[in-house]
Amino acid sequence: MGDDKERKYTTVSIPVQLYEKIKERIEGTGFTSVSDYVTYVLREVLASLEEEEKEEVFSKEEEEKVKERLRALGYLD
Amino acid sequence: MLPRAHGGTLVDRVMDETRRKKIKGEISDIPSIEISDDIAVDLENIAYGVFSPLEGFMSENDYRLVLDTMRLENDVPWTIPVVLDMNGEEFLKMELRAGDTLLLKRGKTPVALMELEDLFKLDRKEHALKVFRTSDPSHPGVKKTLSMGDLLLGGKIEFMEGIENPFERYTLRPVETRILFKELGWRTVVGFQTRNAPHLGHEYVQKTALTFVDGLFINPVIGRKKKGDFRDEVILKAYEALIDRYYLKEKAVLSILRTEMRYAGPREAVFHAIVRKNFGCTHFIVGRDHAGVGDFYGPYDAQEIFGEFPDLGITPVFFRRFYYCKKCYGYVNEHVCPHEGDDIIPPSGTKIREMLASGKIPPREMMRPEVAEIILGFKNPFVE
Ligand SMILES: [Zn+2]
Repeated sequence: MGDDKERKYTTVSIPVQLYEKIKERIEGTGFTSVSDYVTYVLREVLASLEEEEKEEVFSKEEEEKVKERLRALGYLD
Repeated sequence: MLPRAHGGTLVDRVMDETRRKKIKGEISDIPSIEISDDIAVDLENIAYGVFSPLEGFMSENDYRLVLDTMRLENDVPWTIPVVLDMNGEEFLKMELRAGDTLLLKRGKTPVALMELEDLFKLDRKEHALKVFRTSDPSHPGVKKTLSMGDLLLGGKIEFMEGIENPFERYTLRPVETRILFKELGWRTVVGFQTRNAPHLGHEYVQKTALTFVDGLFINPVIGRKKKGDFRDEVILKAYEALIDRYYLKEKAVLSILRTEMRYAGPREAVFHAIVRKNFGCTHFIVGRDHAGVGDFYGPYDAQEIFGEFPDLGITPVFFRRFYYCKKCYGYVNEHVCPHEGDDIIPPSGTKIREMLASGKIPPREMMRPEVAEIILGFKNPFVE
């Protein structure tokens, strides 16, 4: 079952004109294929969307317990 | 705003007290394997989310993808395998199979339970070549890899008890650093990785980065190191002396990261960044030859690798060499000072160690005298 252990790929469609434009743009850059470039850009876009999600929240009780230890160790006054 | 943990959620695999008591009562019925100190501290790291999103030791799928693509199965960037190895013969004797629960213990300490989900062969040479970019046994990471068992065990863990931690007072978990940063009002935090006592080059790298963010998180790696490295308590005491005299108290936090140095250069630099993101850092300092050893890596390989990860979720900050310049009258770096040769005094780690080893205080342009004095106060400041 060797195939299961590799990254799997699928196909998405983009307009031919866009494909050609990207092909031209990546010439002489570190990107070796349009697929590589598209993957990179999509990861970047998705990550920036995730960045806007709310940060971790802790319960009041947990937060108090943590602050108590931080004060005991001198990290907080 | 502080970043979310890597992969989206801060992992918590610490067993609750009631279950821990129950398990401890049944402990003699659970098949157990003896683990090393390195594995024991990494179990603690997994449990408290330092290695989020990992919830245990890697399955074969994750392991293969990390070797080949530097990503986990869910496409999240990850560069260093976190695995549990075992000797195949020993494993056969225990007659274990997938689905079994294992006790991972260190001496008398029951460190964690693991649900055995996956077991697979380790190809030591391939592992070394992909992680360390070399199979040369003089590389400490390769040397360790060649001594690993030939079988890898994957599965989620539940943490029960840590091994002794001589630096508990300096140990903060991601939940704690995140709450601390919030309390200090920091919205942007730069992380600094180190395995050294601080010289002026380190100080100026940190302060240059700190100029543009709210806070600095100094996070030395404490654990197995090479002969000749500074001892752990020396690093901590030296930093305390430095922070006390030369930093704003509300701008710098010092706590430790307990894990072994892998010396995997570029791959380890990304791993170090991910760990600091889990502690709540928005930025991470990557200097010259980060996590390197000998001349196995190019001086800026560890900076270049970040170009492959547009979705890391922490911003790397790259620095070149910092040094004192007689012509510029101050601490400068290669980006801003045009001078060289006799005009500059670079703080050489080797030279500083040599001077300290012979009981001398290094020049002021290299190390703060207060820091040097603290180091010289130790009978033997270096790992033997
Ligand atoms: Zn200069």
